[in-house]
Amino acid sequence: MAEHAAPAGTGRLAALGAWIDARFPISALWKEHMSEYMAPRNFNVWYYFGSIALFVLALQIVTGIFLTMSYKPSAADAFSSVEYIMRDVEWGWLIRYLHSTGASAFFIVVYLHMFRALLYGSHRSPRELLWIFGVLIYLALMAEAFFGYLLPWGNMSYWGAQVIVSLFGSFPLIGDALVEWIRGDYFISDITLNRFFALHVVALPLVLIFLVVAHLLALHEVGSNNPDGIEIKKNKGPDGRPLDAVAMHPYYTVKDIFGLGVFMVLFAAVVFFAPELGGLFLEAPNFEPANPLLTPEHIAPVWYFTPYYAMLRAVPAFAGTQVWGVLVMFAAILLLFFLPWLDRAPVKSIRYRGPVYKVALMLFAATFILLGYCGLKPAVEPFKTLSVIGTAYYFIFFLAMPWYTRIDSHKPEPTRVTM
Amino acid sequence: MGEAIDRGRRQLLTAATTLTGAVGVAFAAVPFLASWKPSARAKALGAPVEIDISKLEPGAMLKIEWRGKPVWVVRRTPEMIGRLASVAGFLADPASERSRQPAYAKNEARAVNPEYFVVLGVCTHLGCAPMSRFEPGDAELTTSSPGDWPGGFYCPCHGSKFDLAGRVFRGVPAPTNLEVPPYAFTGAGHILIGLDQGSVA
Repeated sequence: MAEHAAPAGTGRLAALGAWIDARFPISALWKEHMSEYMAPRNFNVWYYFGSIALFVLALQIVTGIFLTMSYKPSAADAFSSVEYIMRDVEWGWLIRYLHSTGASAFFIVVYLHMFRALLYGSHRSPRELLWIFGVLIYLALMAEAFFGYLLPWGNMSYWGAQVIVSLFGSFPLIGDALVEWIRGDYFISDITLNRFFALHVVALPLVLIFLVVAHLLALHEVGSNNPDGIEIKKNKGPDGRPLDAVAMHPYYTVKDIFGLGVFMVLFAAVVFFAPELGGLFLEAPNFEPANPLLTPEHIAPVWYFTPYYAMLRAVPAFAGTQVWGVLVMFAAILLLFFLPWLDRAPVKSIRYRGPVYKVALMLFAATFILLGYCGLKPAVEPFKTLSVIGTAYYFIFFLAMPWYTRIDSHKPEPTRVTM
Repeated sequence: MGEAIDRGRRQLLTAATTLTGAVGVAFAAVPFLASWKPSARAKALGAPVEIDISKLEPGAMLKIEWRGKPVWVVRRTPEMIGRLASVAGFLADPASERSRQPAYAKNEARAVNPEYFVVLGVCTHLGCAPMSRFEPGDAELTTSSPGDWPGGFYCPCHGSKFDLAGRVFRGVPAPTNLEVPPYAFTGAGHILIGLDQGSVA
C-alpha cells in the first residue's frame, strides 16, 4: 500500500501516489477509513461479524456472477441449468454450494451482528441512523434471499414463492391486482421467474451495496461503539486522538483477518461436508422441479425466515381475512426501526445494565430461536401455542421496553474502556 | 442587476420547478410500473379451457390446469351431496357469504349442478394445494371440529379443512371457502373453465 506513504516521499511509487492524489483523494480516503480511523481498543469477539458480513457479501457477488454465466432464467430451463452447473460445469458444484451456503451464512452473521448491537447498545444515540441503515440492509437481504430462492425452480422454490406472494393478496381491495402485478401472470410462471432473476442479480445487489456504503459512512462519521458502551471521544490525548483507540489498520484489519479465518474453516466444513445441512440450507423438495399442481407435504421457508413465518401462522383469520397475520409479521420487522428510541436506559452496555434488561434480552434471543424452530414445523400443537406465546413475547420485548428499561437498575459506567 | 435577491420569487420558482419535475417523474414511472402487468401473451395463455367429464365416475375427481392453477371437478355421489347439510353447524361460512364464487354457485352445493362440483384447488389461506380426503371418518382427521370427519379436502400446509363443497370449517387458518372459478356446461359432457354459465351460446 504505497499510496498512504508520506507524500514527502521520493521515488517513483511516491510520485505516482502524488499524481493520483492530485486527481483522486486516494490517500485521504485510506487515512480516513483505514490507517487513521480510530476504533475503540476493547473490541471483543462480537465485533468480528461486521467484517465477516462484508466478506460474505463479496463472496455472494463473485459466486453469483459466475452462476449467471451458466444459469438460464426460464421456467423451461432453470431447473436443468442448475443441474448442469452441479454436474457438468467445471467446479460448478463448488461455486453453487458457496453461493447457497453463503446465503445462510449471511443471515447467521447478520443476526449475530444485530444481537451485538442489542448487547452493547450500538443502536443508541448517536448511532440511530447507523442502526436504521443496518435494518434496511437486513430488509434488502431478506428480499434478495426471497427472490434468489425462486431461481432454482425446484418445487419448494415454487411453493415458497407462492405462499409469500399470496401474502400480498390478503390486503383488502388491492390484494388481487397487487399479486397479479407482482407475478405478471395469473400464477407464478416463467414471467415471474424472469423478473425475480432481474431483481436478484441487478436491482437488489445495487441497493445492498449502496446501503452498505451508507452504513459504513455513518459508522465512520459517529465512530464505533464498544463493549462498555461509552464514548471514547470524551477522552482525547494531546494529539487529538481518543486515548482508548487504535487505528483500524493495521490493528483491526489483522484481527478481522484472524476472525475471518475461523469463519472460513466453519464455512468450508459446511460447503464440503453438509451443504444441505440436513435440509435447513437446501430443502429436500427443491431437488424436484417446480410443479404447480403438487404442493410439497410441508411448506416451510428457509430457516432465516421462519421466526416471522411462525408469527404469521400464530395469528388466526379474523373478520373474514388473514391480513392480520401479515400485518403482525410486517410490524415485527418495522419495530426494529424504532429500537433506538424504545430503549430508555441511562447506560448502553449490558455490562452496566440491571437484571431486568439482561433477562428480557436473553428471553428475546431464546424466543427468536424458538419462533424459528416453530416456523420450521407443521402447524400442529405444541408449535401453535408456542408460536402464539413467542409472538406475544416478541412484541412485549419491544413495546414494553420504554417502561422496563427506565425502572431497571444500572451500575455506574467507567470513564475509560475496560478490556 | 445589483438589486436585492427576491426570495419570494425564487421560492415560488423553485417550488414550481420541483412540482413540474415530480409530475414528469410520475408520468415517466407509468410505463415501467405497467410493464409488470400480465403481458398480451400471458393474457392469451390464460384463456378458458374445456374438460371432458363424460367418463368421470361417481365419487371420482378430475384435475386440470387453468391459469397455472389446479381446477378440480368432483362428481359427487348422492350420499356425498346428502352429507353437505349435516356439517353446516361446523362451518365458518356455510352460505358462502364472504367467499368467492360466481352467483350461480352461491348455494349449499356451490355448483350449478350439485352432481358436478367445480373448484380451484388452491387453499384460501396461503395458496397451497389441499388434498382430497373423501373417505368419511378418516382416522387422521377425526379430531377435527365436527367430531367425525365427513369427507372433504385437507390442506397439509397449515391444517385447513373443507367439506365436499369446498366450504371451510371453523377454527382453521383459511378464512373463506375454496374459490369456485367461472365455468359453464357446454353440452355433450363438457365443461368450459374460465367462462361464465350463460355467456356460452
